[in-house]
Amino acid sequence: MAGHIPLQYSSTKAGKRSAQEPLIVRFLLITAALAFLFLFLLLPLLAIFITAFEQGIGVYAASITDPDALSAIKLTLLVVVLTVPLNALFGVAAAWAITKFDFKGKSILITIIDLPFAISPVIAGLVFALLFSAHGLFGDFLFEHDIKILFAVPGIVLATLFVTFPFVARELIPLMQSQGSAEEEASLTLGANGWKTFWFVTLPNIKWGLLYGIILCNARAVGEFGAVSVVSGHIRGLTNTMPLHIEILYNEYQFAAAFAVASLMSILAIVTLVLKNIVEWKAGQHG
Amino acid sequence: MSIQIKEVSKTFGSFQALSDINLDIQTGELVALLGPSGSGKTSLLRIIAGLEESDNGAILFGNEEITHIRATERKVGFVFQHYALFKHMTVFDNVAYGLKVRPKKERPSKKDITEKVRELLSLVKLDAFADRYPAQLSGGQRQRVALARALAVEPKVLLLDEPFGALDAKVRKELRRWLRRLHDDFHITSIFVTHDQEEALDVADRIVVMNEGKIEQIGSPEEVYEHPNSPFVYDFLGNVNVFHGRLENGQWRNGAGGENHGSLAYVRPHDILIERKKPADDAVQAKVVHVHVVGRTVHIELKQERTDQFLEAELTKERYRELNIKVGENVFVRPNQLKVFIPEDYSI
Repeated sequence: MAGHIPLQYSSTKAGKRSAQEPLIVRFLLITAALAFLFLFLLLPLLAIFITAFEQGIGVYAASITDPDALSAIKLTLLVVVLTVPLNALFGVAAAWAITKFDFKGKSILITIIDLPFAISPVIAGLVFALLFSAHGLFGDFLFEHDIKILFAVPGIVLATLFVTFPFVARELIPLMQSQGSAEEEASLTLGANGWKTFWFVTLPNIKWGLLYGIILCNARAVGEFGAVSVVSGHIRGLTNTMPLHIEILYNEYQFAAAFAVASLMSILAIVTLVLKNIVEWKAGQHG
Repeated sequence: MSIQIKEVSKTFGSFQALSDINLDIQTGELVALLGPSGSGKTSLLRIIAGLEESDNGAILFGNEEITHIRATERKVGFVFQHYALFKHMTVFDNVAYGLKVRPKKERPSKKDITEKVRELLSLVKLDAFADRYPAQLSGGQRQRVALARALAVEPKVLLLDEPFGALDAKVRKELRRWLRRLHDDFHITSIFVTHDQEEALDVADRIVVMNEGKIEQIGSPEEVYEHPNSPFVYDFLGNVNVFHGRLENGQWRNGAGGENHGSLAYVRPHDILIERKKPADDAVQAKVVHVHVVGRTVHIELKQERTDQFLEAELTKERYRELNIKVGENVFVRPNQLKVFIPEDYSI
C-alpha cells in the first residue's frame, strides 16, 4: 500500500504538468476572468449597497419601512406565495405527462411550455392587457361582474404565472426522461396505485430537480419587471411590486431609497444563489 | 395459476409487434419466451403483466378474464431486466414496498412485514444487506433483491424480463440454476423472456420460440432442440451449418443440380464428422481454415472445396488429437444427422 502512494503521486503530477498551459498564460487567463467578474458583477453589487447606505443607516431604514415600500414588499411576497406553488404543481404535472405517457400533440405541448421563454415579458404583459382591459376580449364580461384583473393584484399574479411557467417543467422533463419509467412500472406491478407510485417512487427521485426548479421560479417571480409593469398600473401602495417600486423611486431621483429596496432584493438573490448551490451539491451527492 | 393467451395482437404505430398469439401455460410451469430482439417476446410479457395493452384478444388467469384489469390489480410479480429497484430505498424497504402500499385493511402489521422481508432476504441470501442501498450492491445481488421484492406480494404469476441479461456469464449461470431451484420449491407459474438459447434450454420446462411477432414453435427444450419445425428455430437454437442440396427419391444429396435442388439441409456442428480418408460417397472434401480450442471442445472452421461454402464442426479434444488436424489440410466431411427443410413454394 505504502509503496503505491508515491508512484501514483508522481504519475499524476507528471500528467497534470503535461496537460497544463504555461504559467504566464494561466496567470493572464485567470486575471482576465477575475477582472471581468469584479467589473461586471461584484462592483455593481457593491455599488447597490454603497449607494443604499450613502445617506446613513437612518435613511436606509426609513426607505424600507416606508408604507409604500412595505406594501411593495408584501405584494411581491404575495405574488411569490401564489405563483410558485401553482407553477410547481403545473410543472410536475406537465413533466409527468410528457415523460411517462405517449399521446398526440406531445411536441406541441413541449413547445407551448417554452413559449414564455421565447417571447419578451413586455409582450406577455400586453397579451393580458389586451384580454382583460375594458376594450379587451373579456372586458365587457369583467365589467358586468365587477371583476378587476388589470391594474390589480390578479393581473400581476397572472402575468407572473405566465412568465415563470416553464422553470419547473423545463428542469424536470430531462431529468424524468433520463430516469425512465421502469421504477414506476415496478411500483404498479407491486400493487401501488398511481398516487402512491408518485408519492413514494417518483417524487423522491425528482425532489432535488424539483427544488432547483422552484428556486429558479421563485427568483424570477420576485424579480419580474416587464410583464408586471404592463399590467400593474403602478398604483403606489396597491399594485407596485418591489421592482416597480424601485423604478419609481429611481425616476424620482430618490437614489438612496431606490438602492435601499434594491439591496433587499439583492440579498434575496444572494440567498437564492446560496440555496441553489446547496441544492445542486445535494443533488450531486444523491444522483 | 394457469395462463391462457387468446389471439393477442399488438401494433406500435406501423410496427406489428405481435400477431394472433395463442398460448396456454399450465399451473406451476416455467416457460421461456425465446427469440431475437424485436420478436415481440417482451411485448407479450408486458401485456401479460398489464404494463401494455393488447389491441385485441384476451388473457385469462385461471378462468378469470383479466384483459382489461390494470397492472395494479393483476397480482403478478415482475422482474425487470435492469432491476428497476427503488434507488432511494434500502434493500429492506424495496422488498417491503409491495406490502407497505397495500390499502390499510389488507396491509399486514409492521411486525409481520418485517418478518416476511427477513424471510425473503434469507431466501435470496441477502440477510446482511438489508440496510444497503441498491447502488451499493453488485448486479447479481440487485437482481436477487428484485426477485425478493416481486415475491413479497405472493404473486400468482411470476414474469421475468431478460432477468439475467445484464449480468456476467458466471453470475448468470449461478442465478439461473438458483431460479430453477426456487421454482421447483415454490411452483409459481413463471414466464421468462430471454434471447439466450442456452439459458432457455437450461432452465425452462417449455420453450416458446418467437420470431417477428409470431410463435414459431412450442415444446420442451429437447423437442425444440432436437426437432425444430422450421429453419428459423434450427438456426436460432445453436450454431448450424447449411448445405444446399437436392432431393432424389426421398434421399437428400449434397450439391446443386437435378430436380428439387432448392432444398436446404441443416446440420449441427457436433453432427459433422471429419475423416482423413474418404469414407463414403456422400462425404465432401473440405479444407481446414481455422482451429479454435475452447475448453474441452475444439471448433474447426472448414471450407468446402467444391462450393466454397464455410462449415463449422465441433470435435472433442480426444478426437481432435486422434485426427491430428492442422490448418490448411484437406479432410473429408460427412453429416451424421441432418434435417431438410424444403422451401414452401417447392412443395412435393
